[in-house]
Amino acid sequence: MLLQVEGITKAYPGVVANSDVSFSVGAGEVHALLGENGAGKSTLVKMIYGLVRPDAGRMELRGEAYAPAKPAEARRLGVAMVFQHFSLFEALNVAENVALGMENPPPMKELAARIRAVSEEYGLPLEPGRMVGDLSAGERQRVEIIRCLLQEPKLLIMDEPTSVLTPLEVEILFKTLRQLAREGTSILYISHKLEEIRSLCDAATILRRGRVVATCVPRDRTAREMAELMVGAALKTPERRKAALGPVALGVSGLSVESPIPFGTSLKDVSLVVHRGEVLGIAGVAGNGQDELLLALSGEVRAEADRVRIEGHAAGHLGPAERRRAGLVAAPEDRYGHAAAPDMSLVENALLSGAVRKGLVAAGFIDWGATRAFAQEIIAAYDVRTPGPEVAARALSGGNLQKFLMGRELMQGAAVIVINQPTWGVDAAAAAAIRQSILDRAAEGAAVLVISQDLDELLEIADSFAVLNEGRLTKPRPVEGLTMEEIGLMMGGAHGMEVAHHAG
Amino acid sequence: MIRLEKRASPSRFWLYATPVVAVLLTMVVGGVLFALMGKNPVEVIRTIFWDPLFGEFAFYLRGQLLVKAGPLILIAIGLALGFRAGIWNIGAEGQYIMGAICGAAVGLAVFPTENRMIYPVMVIAGAFGGWAWAMIPALLKTRFNTNEILVSLMLVYVAETILAKAATGFLKNPEGMGFPGSRNFSSYPAAANPELIAGSGLHWGGVAALVTAGLAWVLLTRHIAGYQIRLAGQAPRAARFHGVSPGRLVVLCMGLSGALAGLAGLFEVTGPAGQISIDFNTGYGFTAIIVAFLGRLNPLGIVLAGFLMALTYVGGEMAATNLGLPDAAIQVFQGMLLFFLLAVDVLTNYRFRRSAGALGAK
Repeated sequence: MLLQVEGITKAYPGVVANSDVSFSVGAGEVHALLGENGAGKSTLVKMIYGLVRPDAGRMELRGEAYAPAKPAEARRLGVAMVFQHFSLFEALNVAENVALGMENPPPMKELAARIRAVSEEYGLPLEPGRMVGDLSAGERQRVEIIRCLLQEPKLLIMDEPTSVLTPLEVEILFKTLRQLAREGTSILYISHKLEEIRSLCDAATILRRGRVVATCVPRDRTAREMAELMVGAALKTPERRKAALGPVALGVSGLSVESPIPFGTSLKDVSLVVHRGEVLGIAGVAGNGQDELLLALSGEVRAEADRVRIEGHAAGHLGPAERRRAGLVAAPEDRYGHAAAPDMSLVENALLSGAVRKGLVAAGFIDWGATRAFAQEIIAAYDVRTPGPEVAARALSGGNLQKFLMGRELMQGAAVIVINQPTWGVDAAAAAAIRQSILDRAAEGAAVLVISQDLDELLEIADSFAVLNEGRLTKPRPVEGLTMEEIGLMMGGAHGMEVAHHAG
Repeated sequence: MIRLEKRASPSRFWLYATPVVAVLLTMVVGGVLFALMGKNPVEVIRTIFWDPLFGEFAFYLRGQLLVKAGPLILIAIGLALGFRAGIWNIGAEGQYIMGAICGAAVGLAVFPTENRMIYPVMVIAGAFGGWAWAMIPALLKTRFNTNEILVSLMLVYVAETILAKAATGFLKNPEGMGFPGSRNFSSYPAAANPELIAGSGLHWGGVAALVTAGLAWVLLTRHIAGYQIRLAGQAPRAARFHGVSPGRLVVLCMGLSGALAGLAGLFEVTGPAGQISIDFNTGYGFTAIIVAFLGRLNPLGIVLAGFLMALTYVGGEMAATNLGLPDAAIQVFQGMLLFFLLAVDVLTNYRFRRSAGALGAK
């Protein structure tokens, strides 16, 4: 056994993140840690990586007691980790970023040569001299992986590595991971994408609410079986009600806007239409213009008047409040600080985007009674777990806040609903509920545009499908009859093909 | 090891306890400072905090409290609105001076006409002077993205230069035997701001301060503009998502704080000060920054903080004359108050935690 974990327990005020967790990883084994958000996967790997100390329990690495006090110690003993969120400096180049993560970095020239060598050996093309700000998400992840590989780890921990990758990039990554496993490196792989785990992992430990509820060999189980083990209940697939398409409610034509975000992606000549009763799904890897598209539709970034039309009226020049009045509501991806003010109460956050359409302000004065009622309505309808509506938004878990924010936009009776990442960080049951209410709104005649990085989600709820790639939108196509290969081609775009060429 | 841990929700207890603890810490550390200077700390603290309220000369000094607190409160409320929105107007002192000059100039221009409309017009001119001076950093910020802290601060020194010019030049009293300074408003009834109730220290400035505090409280808690101000300060991106235009907010907040500072200047020059003179400004615009934070950027808190700060002013003067304490020591004492306030303020959002012990320990 390479890593043995026995009876690990970790409690935070008010919540037990891990309770008596035991499992082991063999040498050269790819081991999956499965569980919903909040199941305790992240806390567990943080303890293995020395970021968090367990309250009780013990760990063994290669037969010796293992209790890293800090990540540097874990790294010295051969444990490396690639985080879900990259810790890279965009204004520095690849080699400089790698050097920053090392204890004793070699001279730049030597380091660049080693980066090239490792990247060729593992089929991860990466140019040491390139600015990280210019790299795609997949390439950024390679920087992190190569930074780990340079330390020649015995155990590589990967936290949701594929959430930012195109299907092609996922294949390249898996090839690399399999090669590493063959050479004897163990991999601890965190994900909730079940098909990936079935194709990659040798064993899986399933966590629910901080406890180990099952272990299995993923290849011998169906994805549905594993999902039900994760959730602890039978899953309900959202029901689709077929509605006749109504008139066009949202029309975008030739929209090009500069990105207001540093190192962001500008939108280039984006055109689309969404009819009443239709759900348009927009896929793509993060950083390809998703945030910019949301800003341009919500009104936070403005354009010429006739670039955006809401129910036939020119709206490109309108700001967010005026667009809400015209019938468009939007839900940004970033919950803390964009969609919600973290330090304000849920009532105040209900007012944030509900003021206009819910008539919560009269002659400049806020009707707090009606606002509180609206907040309570959302809390009840979307099963938001909170002690009350006066609680600060930041006190809610990510999933609960997401439910509140989705409810806030979906309950305004808008003609056009734009959502970026509707179920990001939400557990499977809540995600299903959110998707169901998106479908319900469409069935009631709303035009819905959903931007998501979760392909399965889009295929489940969308009527038509398009891909955003480097700020350009492919022509939307009906989901019915669309094959995975076609989607892959739509998503691959130019840089994916280039990668395939290098990798081949 | 002790470390800070972020609270899930801001502590309501510490929100209100912070100013009290800060005042107590200031007294203790200030006392040490005074002791090191060879003074009896208890006597100094008593002179500053007790005597103005209950001492031998309290009948006079209590009035002085209102005279000092009025402009501090008026200016601090304007500043607090900006601070809440993350807009840092540090140049209220300059806007205060410009308000005084503008308002005084209107009154002096029509001297010696007696008309009931003169004073209201002067009030408007005073507010306008402060507003216009604040518009300079506001427009530079919205147009060229300059830093409003630097621009507004530097404009204080420009305003002081204009004040010197006014006192010795264009507003100088033609019957003043060549001495610098304008005509005295106390001898010009139509343009004067007298005590409304004899001995109370209350003049129109005090009335304006209390009314403004009430209006600002309504603005922040009931009005959408107040909500937008708070939202922009706490989460700028969420404010844009809500539909706040950052530029309009800068113009609104800078304009409001400038106008209120200008008003304070006008009430001061026509009342307690009496005339435009070279040393007309006494730092109310800067002290108001402390008052704004001491009052938790809350209009009602600012009223209390304004009186507390006035107490350190009045008591400090007493300590300076009776006990021979240097002015600088009093200013350090006032500065300490802000320092401790900001330091203790951490406890509103964080709490102290002992770090977890060794691995496996329960």
